[in-house]
Amino acid sequence: MGFPHPSHSKETVVLSRYFGDAGARTYDGWVERGGYEALKRALAMTRDAIVEEVKASGLRGRGGAGFPTGLKWSFMPKDVVKPHYLVCNADESEPGTFKDREIMRWTPHALIEGCAIAAYAIGAERCYLYIRGEFTEPWKVMSAAVEQAYAMGALGADALGSGKRVDIVLHRGAGAYICGEETAMMNSIEGKRGNPRIKPPFPAVAGLFGMPTTINNVETLSAVPHILNRGAAWYKALCLGNPKSTGTKLISICGHIQRPGNYEVTMGTPVKEILYDMAGGPKPGRTFKAIIPGGSSVPIMTREEAEAALFDYEGIVEQGSMLGSAGMIVMDDTTDMVYQIWRLARFYAHESCAQCTQCREGTAWTTRILERILTGRGKQDDFQLLLDLCDNMTGKTICVLSDSCAAPVVSGIQKFRSEFEAYIAGAREPAMAVV
Amino acid sequence: MADELVNVTIDGMPVSVPKGTPIIEAAKQAGVLVPHYCYHPSLPSPAVCRMCLVEVEKAPKLMPACVTSVVEGQVVHVNSASAKKAREGVLELLLINHPLDCPICDQAGECELQDYVFQEGRAGTRYAEYAKRYSPVEDFGPDILYVPNRCILCTRCVRFMEDVADAPVLNVSERGDRAYIGISEEQKLDHAWSGNVVDLCPVGSLLSKDFLHKARAWDLDKTASVCPGCTQGCNVSIDTRDDVVIRIRPRPNLEVNRHFMCDYGRANYRWMNRGDRIEAPLVRDGARHTATDWDTALARFEQVLRGASGSAVILATGRASTESLGLVRRLVDRFEVAAAVQVPLGEEAPLSGVPNLALRRERAPNLAGAELLGYTPQWAAAMRQALSAAVVIVLDADLDQADEAALAAAPGMVVLLGTVIADALRNVELVLPVTTMAEENGTYVNRDHRIQRYQQAKSQPGMARPAWWIAGEVLAGPGPSADAPSTAAEAFELLGERWPVFAGLGHGDIGYTGRVLRTGSAPVPGRAEGAAR
Repeated sequence: MGFPHPSHSKETVVLSRYFGDAGARTYDGWVERGGYEALKRALAMTRDAIVEEVKASGLRGRGGAGFPTGLKWSFMPKDVVKPHYLVCNADESEPGTFKDREIMRWTPHALIEGCAIAAYAIGAERCYLYIRGEFTEPWKVMSAAVEQAYAMGALGADALGSGKRVDIVLHRGAGAYICGEETAMMNSIEGKRGNPRIKPPFPAVAGLFGMPTTINNVETLSAVPHILNRGAAWYKALCLGNPKSTGTKLISICGHIQRPGNYEVTMGTPVKEILYDMAGGPKPGRTFKAIIPGGSSVPIMTREEAEAALFDYEGIVEQGSMLGSAGMIVMDDTTDMVYQIWRLARFYAHESCAQCTQCREGTAWTTRILERILTGRGKQDDFQLLLDLCDNMTGKTICVLSDSCAAPVVSGIQKFRSEFEAYIAGAREPAMAVV
Repeated sequence: MADELVNVTIDGMPVSVPKGTPIIEAAKQAGVLVPHYCYHPSLPSPAVCRMCLVEVEKAPKLMPACVTSVVEGQVVHVNSASAKKAREGVLELLLINHPLDCPICDQAGECELQDYVFQEGRAGTRYAEYAKRYSPVEDFGPDILYVPNRCILCTRCVRFMEDVADAPVLNVSERGDRAYIGISEEQKLDHAWSGNVVDLCPVGSLLSKDFLHKARAWDLDKTASVCPGCTQGCNVSIDTRDDVVIRIRPRPNLEVNRHFMCDYGRANYRWMNRGDRIEAPLVRDGARHTATDWDTALARFEQVLRGASGSAVILATGRASTESLGLVRRLVDRFEVAAAVQVPLGEEAPLSGVPNLALRRERAPNLAGAELLGYTPQWAAAMRQALSAAVVIVLDADLDQADEAALAAAPGMVVLLGTVIADALRNVELVLPVTTMAEENGTYVNRDHRIQRYQQAKSQPGMARPAWWIAGEVLAGPGPSADAPSTAAEAFELLGERWPVFAGLGHGDIGYTGRVLRTGSAPVPGRAEGAAR
C-alpha cells in the first residue's frame, strides 16, 4: 500500500488530517490527537440530541446515495423493543474508489468512534463493521484497533465509563461487489448468499436479522465525531456551493492524471480546481477526454461537463452525472472509450448476483455486443439494440447494479458515438481478436 | 384485519380484495392474469424474475405485482405499453440462453415460458451470432433430472426445498449469467416431497425421470381425483394417455394439500394399469368357475345372501369408495356383522412448511369414511371371524398367502368382489369384477372428515362394475328396478338414510375441493395434532 501524499493547500483537511501518521493508529496516539472526546460527549447526551445535531450539520451519506444521515437515523424506532443494529459499510468495492480504505488504514479509531456514537444514537446493541474481503491491511489495522478499544474500555459494557454498552463486531466480506449494496450486505452478515433484498421492508423496519437496522458508510460515520466536537454549525458552514451539500468530501482520483490519490475538499469546490490544481492536471502533452466522477456506476462526463461542474451532490447532477462515491476515474485523449466501457460492462456482468433477469442476462449481453464492436464486427443496429437493452435494464430490478451497467453505456454512446462508429465503419483497427 | 377490504381498479375492472393482498392476486379477482415466473401462491416471493412488473398510477416506476400490496384507490395497468415492453424485454432476455428444444422437451405444451412468449414475446431474437450457454444434464435425485440449459433461475425449486420442505439441498450457485441451480455435494434431492419441484418448475428444467419422454402434455387427459395413497386425501389429477395412467400430479386445494403431493403418492399409480384383471363375473360350477352375465351373477349373489343366516364378515380394501363400502355393508344388515377395512402402515413423512400436511402412516384413503360406515381397521380379528361366518364378502382386499389359504378353507360362502384373483381363491362361490378408484366416480373421507370426490380417469376392463352398483342391484331385488342406483351420486344419496352424517348431502354439494362432514366425533386415532408448524 502506498503512502499518502502530503495534503495540498487547497484541500480542507478534516478526515484525512492524520493520513500517513502511523502514530494515529494506536489508541493512545488517537487520544493524544483529541480522539474519543466526541464519544465521551455523545455518551453524556440523549440519543435524540445526537440525531438532531447530525441533522443540523447537513451530513449526507458518503457511500453514494447522499441520503441525509440524521434523517436516516431518525427512522429507527424510538422504543428499543427489538434489538437494533448498526451496520458500517466498509465493503468499498466501487471501481475507482479507495477513500474508506485510507480511513481504515490510518485512522481506525476515528471510524470506531463514529460507529460507537451512531450505535448509541440509534439504540443499537451492536455495530457490524463489514470490511471488504480484499482489504487485507485495513482488516489487520481495524482488528487491532477494535481489540485495543475494548482493552482500553472505550467499547464494551461500560464504554468510556459511561455505564452504557457499545459493541462493534468485525465481519469480513468474501469478495463480491454486490455485498456493498446495503440489503445484500445484511444477507451476507446473516450468512446467506449476498443477494439484494426487495424493499419494502426498509432496513429501519426490518433489516439485519429482521430487526431495525441502519447502514452507514465509513466516511459518513468518520465525520460524525468531528460534528460533535466542533458543532453542527461549523460543519454546515463547510460549503462553497449548494447549501444542501455540506462538509468535506474525500475524493479518490485515479487514471490519466499527474498525481492520483485521495483528496479532501469542501463541498462545492470546482472540479476544475481539483483536477488541475490539486491533482496536477493531465500528463504532459495530453488533454482530458472523459471523467467518471462517482465510481464506475455513474454516467460518464465529458471534459467540458466536468470542468464546468462544482463538486457537490447537486453540482455534478447539473452536469449530467452523479456524485456517487466520489471515485473519480480520469481518462485522457489516448483512451479508447469503447474499450473502457466494455471493461466496465464486463465488471458488472461478472458481479451480477443473478437474481433479476434483466441484470443476469442483460449485463452479459451488453458485454457481448461491445465485444462484437471491438472485434470489428459491429453493426449500425447495435446502437439501437444497446440503448433498448439499457432501457430494459434501467429501473426494473431489485437493486441498481443493472442500472449501473447501463449508465456508462448510454452516456458513452451519447457522448462518444464517433468512437463506436469508427469501429463499426472499419475505420479503426479492431481492439480485440475474434475468439 | 382480514375482513378489511380495499377497492382497486385493474385494467379498468374494479375489485374489492382484503387488505394486504398482492396486486397479482387482486388481478386474478379482476380476471387478469399477470404473467409471472418466480411468484407462486404457496411459496415466499423474492420478486426476482421481474416478469410481473405492472404500471401503478402515481408510482415512479413499474412495480412487481407479486410483492406490491394493494392500497385503497389504486389504479393498476397490467397491459399498458410500458408494462408490456418490460415483459417483452424479460422474455427476450430469458430466451437468449434458452435452447429452442421444445420439440423434445417434456414441458412443451404446459411450459410457462412457451405460453408467455407466444402470448406477448418478440417474434425474433436480436441475440444473433452468439452460442447459447451450455451445461450438461445433472442427476439430482432418484426421480429428478436438472437440465440447466433450460433453467430461467426463478428459484421456485430452491425456495420449496428451503422454505416448505425445510431441507435446503438446492441453491443458486455462481453469479451473473453463469448462475445455475446447485445441489449440495453430500445430498440428493430425495426428500419425501421433492417431486414437487418438477411441478413448480415453470419450464422443462426439472424433469421427472418417471415421466421422461413418455407423453406430450397436450395428449394427456386430466381427471380430477383424490390420491389413494394415505388418509391425507391430497387432491390430484390423474393424467392418462389412451386409457393408460401416465402420471399423477397435485391439484390445488388450499385446505388439504395446497399445491403439493408427496413422492409416494406420485409414484403410486402402476397398479391402476394392471393387465391381469377379472373381466367377467365368475360363478362356481362344481370344481371350476364359469364366466357368466351380470343377471346370473347378481341372482346368485342374492341367493347366497338369502340362504345364509348368522354372521357375516366384510373384508374391504382401504381404497374402496364411501358408496361401495356403504352399500356393501347394507347388503348384510340382516346378519351379525364384522366389517374390516385394510390399512397398510408406513412411515409418516410430513411437509414441514404446510400445517397438517403429511404422508400419513395409514396408507388407506378412506379409513375415516369406512369408520363412519361401521368398519374397523381390526383386520386380524375380522379374519378370525371369517373362519366361522356364514358369508364372507371380500371387497378387493389385498390378501396375503395365509389369509388366502384361510379363506379357501372357510366353511361359509365366500364372495369375492375383486379386480384380480389369486390362485388360492379359485374355489370361492362367486367372483364379481369391480372397478378400481381410477375407473369409477366416488368419494373418500379423509382424516379430517373432509369428504372429497374423485372422477373416473380411465375405462373399466370388460364387464367390471363399481361395487356400489353390484350391491345396489342386489338390494333392489331381481329384474330391472328404478330403485337401483345407476350413478355414484345416486348411490351416495342412499347412504344418508342409514348413516345420518351423510344425510342431506349430494355429490353436487361436495364440489371439487370437498366438504368437511359434521361428525361431532373425536378426531381419528393416531392423528398427530398440530405436528406441522
